[in-house]
Amino acid sequence: MARITLAKGLNAGLRKAMEADPKVLVMGEDVGKLGGVFRITDGLQKDFGEDRVIDSPLAESGILGTAVGMAMRGYRPVCEIQFDGFVYPAYDQIVSQVAKIHFRSQGKVKMPIVVRIPFGGGIGAVEHHSESPEAQFAHTPGLKVVSCSNPVDGYWMIQQAIACDDPVIFLEPKRQYHADKAELDESGTPPPLFSSRVVRQGTDLTLAAYGPMVKTCMASAEAAANEGNSVEVVDLRTLSPLDLGPVYKSVHKTGRLVVAHEAHVNLGLGAEVAARVTEHCFYSLESPVLRVGGFDTPYPPSRIEEHWLPDLDRVLDAVDRSLAY
Amino acid sequence: MSTTDFGPDLGEVFGPRQADGGPELVQLLTPEGERVEHPDFSFDVGDADENETIRGFYRDMVLTRRIDTEATALQRHGELGIWAQLLGQEAAQVGSGRALRTQDFVFPTYREHGVAWCRGIDPLRLLGLFRGVDQGGWDPADANFGLYTIVIGAQTLHATGYAMGLQRDGVVGTGDPDRDAAVVAYFGDGASSQGDVNEAFIFAASYNAPVVFFCQNNQWAISEPIERQTRIPLYQRALGFGFPGVRVDGNDVLATYAVAQAALQRAREGQGPTLVEAYTYRMGAHTTTDDPTRYRLSEDLETWKLKDPIQRVKAYLTRNGLADPDFFESVDVEAEQLGEHLRDGCRALPEPNPLDIFDYVYAEESAELAEQKAGFASYLDSFETSTDGSAR
Repeated sequence: MARITLAKGLNAGLRKAMEADPKVLVMGEDVGKLGGVFRITDGLQKDFGEDRVIDSPLAESGILGTAVGMAMRGYRPVCEIQFDGFVYPAYDQIVSQVAKIHFRSQGKVKMPIVVRIPFGGGIGAVEHHSESPEAQFAHTPGLKVVSCSNPVDGYWMIQQAIACDDPVIFLEPKRQYHADKAELDESGTPPPLFSSRVVRQGTDLTLAAYGPMVKTCMASAEAAANEGNSVEVVDLRTLSPLDLGPVYKSVHKTGRLVVAHEAHVNLGLGAEVAARVTEHCFYSLESPVLRVGGFDTPYPPSRIEEHWLPDLDRVLDAVDRSLAY
Repeated sequence: MSTTDFGPDLGEVFGPRQADGGPELVQLLTPEGERVEHPDFSFDVGDADENETIRGFYRDMVLTRRIDTEATALQRHGELGIWAQLLGQEAAQVGSGRALRTQDFVFPTYREHGVAWCRGIDPLRLLGLFRGVDQGGWDPADANFGLYTIVIGAQTLHATGYAMGLQRDGVVGTGDPDRDAAVVAYFGDGASSQGDVNEAFIFAASYNAPVVFFCQNNQWAISEPIERQTRIPLYQRALGFGFPGVRVDGNDVLATYAVAQAALQRAREGQGPTLVEAYTYRMGAHTTTDDPTRYRLSEDLETWKLKDPIQRVKAYLTRNGLADPDFFESVDVEAEQLGEHLRDGCRALPEPNPLDIFDYVYAEESAELAEQKAGFASYLDSFETSTDGSAR
């Protein structure tokens, strides 16, 4: 067992997937010699060669468009988009082609493509480097969307996403890449990719989050406990399809739900979770489902990003408002 | 006052645009049906019989045109929602389509009915998309012919990626003619303005991918003339991307065959991409919903009618005694039969089942969609007639 960071976990997971299946290719900008700007593909080109770890021209639509052709030829491309805000040039290929080709062909053509996107803020970056575009993809039928929140999930989920025969948008919380370490037991059995998980038990209120906000919500739950409130935390992990069974179960118990994400609140994942929980848990709810997220503005200059990003106190504020009903 | 010297004018570098395609046009059969020589390209059918091959091209083009006119008629009768016409582009499609080998792969637009014909796709399968019963009724793997792609230019990147896959599979440049493969990306003059097409050029050049970019410059992108897309002949753009480009008479089936064959062979041998600009003319409308009289002169159409791709082959075959009246009649009979097949078959295409759509979204079904499907099924069931025969 080794203690690893999220970056290491993803790197090890990619390596495992490439060892397991010679059809797995990694492609993107600077993924070769440099190992990616976040070093997630570090060492892969050295060991698997330039044919399997492909430094692409600087054109995101080109990366995804050629990935479609390679998938049609039987390959399993893992495309790295360098930063969240750079995915939009590829948006047309992802939404109009990657997401629709299986449907268009009535199941004859599979699109086993993984699009890895480092997402979210908190790293003091310039514009376009801190965004959370998950709702844009979760809203698109034909895509699956997941987000890992910790090193162990990163290791397993990237392998599961690559093994999936459907296109998967794989969102990596970039501010966690080199943050915390966790014990990885490679002989363990991971939960299914498209499943959510209770990561902290509680009885008074449920917090649902994914990606970078899981850590924040865990800290908020700890702070709430110090104030005498028992908060349950669910790591959603999969955003499309959603796996809300554990959330429903939790809300039946607690009667209160707060959903947190970095993305803008308006029409974000929290809105969908709130709507479904209202449908499924109406008679269990003691208060309206509350959402905590980024404001409905573009991501701000980095010197004030801590005001924009939902932090421990903003989550706790929502917890208190929910409990006050 | 002096002006900065930026070097020679565009006109000096690239030559003037000429309505007949300019002096750079590769032509092997004139509009009058005369064979002519070209220093770089020749019509070479290898071990096959040349005259039989040309008669085959004639048949392919007549039948392709029949698919087009029949489908247009079906649209007028309300059997198709829309049809994308190819009238005038038969030689470009048949010439390039017949230059393909079985192992080559085609990425078409939505207008490649003649290429589909050459690949052995039942033309009836093409109608499904336009009738609205499916979005592509064939398996791309069956005839190495991709599904029609409606987003302009998107498929040129797919073609390039597929070609990169061929490289990784080791089926490029082996010297084995049954093994070495290439990819053709079809697109039009309008698509040449798309970012995806330009990115495809860059990726293909960068990786030396075995792909032929086959542009049918039919002069019109719906109502926008070629001058709106480019200030230089399209084939000359290839140079800027670092691979060769050639302009071929798109209404000359011998020349399009010869040029496509050479470009495909170059790709199969591992020499990389080529841009072929098939200089032709969209004699019909963009689609059956379009009205070209609003934006183009009928004189232009009359000029191009004189360059008809089928008539010049017929003239050549007749004048040189290479086909008798029985041959032409047999092709006409075949065209009649094809028309009947399309008319009857179109009306008999099965209606899609609304519940099936849930099954095609993902390879691995999600519980969410399964639930939606079940809910929709029971909703539909609730409308079933009750036992006394009245609708509930």
